[in-house]
Amino acid sequence: MAKIDLIVRRAKLDGKEVDIFVSKGKIVEVKKSAETIDAGDAKVEEAFGLTVMASMTDVHVHLREPGFEYKEDVESGLRAAAWGGFSNILCMANTKPVNDDDSVTKLMLEQARKFWPKGPRLFPIGALTKGLKGEELAPMAELAEAGCAAFSNDGVPVKSTELFRRAMEYASDWDKVVIDHCEDPYMGVAAGVNEGVVSSRLGLPAQPDMAEALQVARDVLLAEYLELPIHLAHISCRKSLDLIRFAKERGVKVTAETAPHYLVLTEDYLENEATEYDTNAKVNPPLRTLDDQNAMLEGLNDGTIDCLATDHAPHAAHEKETEFDVAPCGITGLDTALSVTWQLVKDGKLKKEAFTRAWTTAPCEIFKLPVNTFQPGDPADFFLFDEAEEWTVEPQALHSKGKNTPLLGTTLKGRVKTHFIQGKKIV
Amino acid sequence: MKWLHKDLLDVSQLSKSEVMSIFETAGRFQELQERPVKKVPTLKGRSVILFFAEPSTRTKTSFDVAGKRLSADTFSLAKSSSSLTKGETLKDTALTLQAMAPDAIVIRHWCSGAARFLANRLDCAIINAGDGRHAHPTQALLDSFTLHQEWGDLAGKTILILGDIAHSRVARSNVILLNKLGAKVRLCAPRTLLPHGVKHWPVKVYSDLNEASKGVDAVMCLRLQLERQKDGLLPDLREYSRTFGLGQRHIDLANPDVKIMHPGPMNRGVEIASDLADCADSLVLDQVSSGVVTRMALLFLYMTRKGEE
Repeated sequence: MAKIDLIVRRAKLDGKEVDIFVSKGKIVEVKKSAETIDAGDAKVEEAFGLTVMASMTDVHVHLREPGFEYKEDVESGLRAAAWGGFSNILCMANTKPVNDDDSVTKLMLEQARKFWPKGPRLFPIGALTKGLKGEELAPMAELAEAGCAAFSNDGVPVKSTELFRRAMEYASDWDKVVIDHCEDPYMGVAAGVNEGVVSSRLGLPAQPDMAEALQVARDVLLAEYLELPIHLAHISCRKSLDLIRFAKERGVKVTAETAPHYLVLTEDYLENEATEYDTNAKVNPPLRTLDDQNAMLEGLNDGTIDCLATDHAPHAAHEKETEFDVAPCGITGLDTALSVTWQLVKDGKLKKEAFTRAWTTAPCEIFKLPVNTFQPGDPADFFLFDEAEEWTVEPQALHSKGKNTPLLGTTLKGRVKTHFIQGKKIV
Repeated sequence: MKWLHKDLLDVSQLSKSEVMSIFETAGRFQELQERPVKKVPTLKGRSVILFFAEPSTRTKTSFDVAGKRLSADTFSLAKSSSSLTKGETLKDTALTLQAMAPDAIVIRHWCSGAARFLANRLDCAIINAGDGRHAHPTQALLDSFTLHQEWGDLAGKTILILGDIAHSRVARSNVILLNKLGAKVRLCAPRTLLPHGVKHWPVKVYSDLNEASKGVDAVMCLRLQLERQKDGLLPDLREYSRTFGLGQRHIDLANPDVKIMHPGPMNRGVEIASDLADCADSLVLDQVSSGVVTRMALLFLYMTRKGEE
């Protein structure tokens, strides 16, 4: 047997107290806690009273570097990820310059290695088209070689279905999945508010849910026709869910994610007296209705929605503290995602299995990333979590530079106390 | 009476009895307007900043006149002269204005929620003089005050709001206030100029202006912004004026004493036939004079609420 170099003692895993034995960054054995052990030379981490969970993967993050380091940079984004319980992060290409050239990919990876050499692991997502302009294909072979894990046009949907089809085909040559931000390019584009009762009352330009669903329909039809996989980013409404379910029943290789904010907030937030026109709730796709919120939970629980992803979109305070029409879309999520979604498990709204699948196994399977399921040989990626610790979402409590979340001021439960990636303590 | 509100953001904040107090106060100022000397010292030494980030002549002048008749000092900050054109954020403009210690700021802004933005950050009274498509409470109050002067009670009256509802803050505030006062509200517009959520509003919606006009007690026409054609919401003005422009034939279907209103500025021959605007039943100019006294009442109530009993 391999020489054990780390033992985590008396951690709670699925309700049982266990000892975890790690060697060379991999799980060797997880077994019921013993009264005493002979640790030998191994480091011992006492975890009594803490819960251990497999590190999570976030396939949709904006790290803003290069170009917008005042909002976030690789260092601060990965810090938020480390403390948020994430070992794998996929970051979007809408930087400046856009990640459509391997020098940009290499810069991102260099920064990650420099500041967080032991992880969290960073996997850049390459641009699908040059400059995200939707006109010409990006050099995907070069980008894949430099380390891009997937391709996406991010928040700028490709208007031409013909070009999008060719992009999916070309990406498949490099064995990469295309991620699509589903939004009709002409309907209430990036309005940040759902079209309905609230938008009509507040007098805000708004985006109907079908602006998303229309593009979902296009994408699943293309995926079926081309027999290629497609991953749908941040699904927010029931209409999309119905289409994805229909496609999956037909055997289409479609996978989808939703974000924690769609599970706990609705458009009504913008009409509450205290939070009327709160730009921190301006997000694309927008917060929808209670029925849509329930649909997202149903979809996660029955597996129609494969993954959770934060769509972590940090902005500077002065960019959000402005008129609603002027403010950029986006909510930060790396710091709060675990507490928010674990609470849903505690409340019985989200099944434990769905939580684990959506944050660990499903995203890693789709994007071929290392994942820990606590089986021998798995990477020793896990964190110790104090489920009972309450914390208030205040700017200084967030590790991300972006403090733009409508959860500011609320109290959440559960905090990461320490995080191991490949058996190395990162925080 | 003690006025409870710091700011006037929309009419939804007001109770019916508060609206009646506003009308009563405005009525007293109305009498004052008939005297040779129309100025009173009520707000002497108080200051009002008129912050208009969107061009406006009538509303701004109306507030200016209202303030000066109460002896308040009024200061204008218009978009063309303001640092907004130099890229200053609304937050910084707001804090700068606050530092000048005004008693009230009247704000007109092209973004929905801009008045709320100021109200959340500043200590002085914020009077919303129109924010984006959201609300125009002083217009709604002066419209209802005008009708109140004509009819007394508005309860049971049927009022048609005609035109571009989707982009109209005047319509939004009027729907709320008229319902609060017990009136029945009809809306008439092409579907492209109605908000998607209109089915949840306490109104009856018509696409046929003839049907909509039958038996109404008042018609409020809205100004049509001429760029709606370019936005793909209308084919052209000719078709719009033929189908949704108010004409004598619609007036013939209404209650014989029907009142005609328009918040101005009018596009004569587009949303309203020119002669209707000038006819005996037109309240268009009454709205203007009601505007001054309603705004006097509002400045009075919001600026004297602290400590003066």
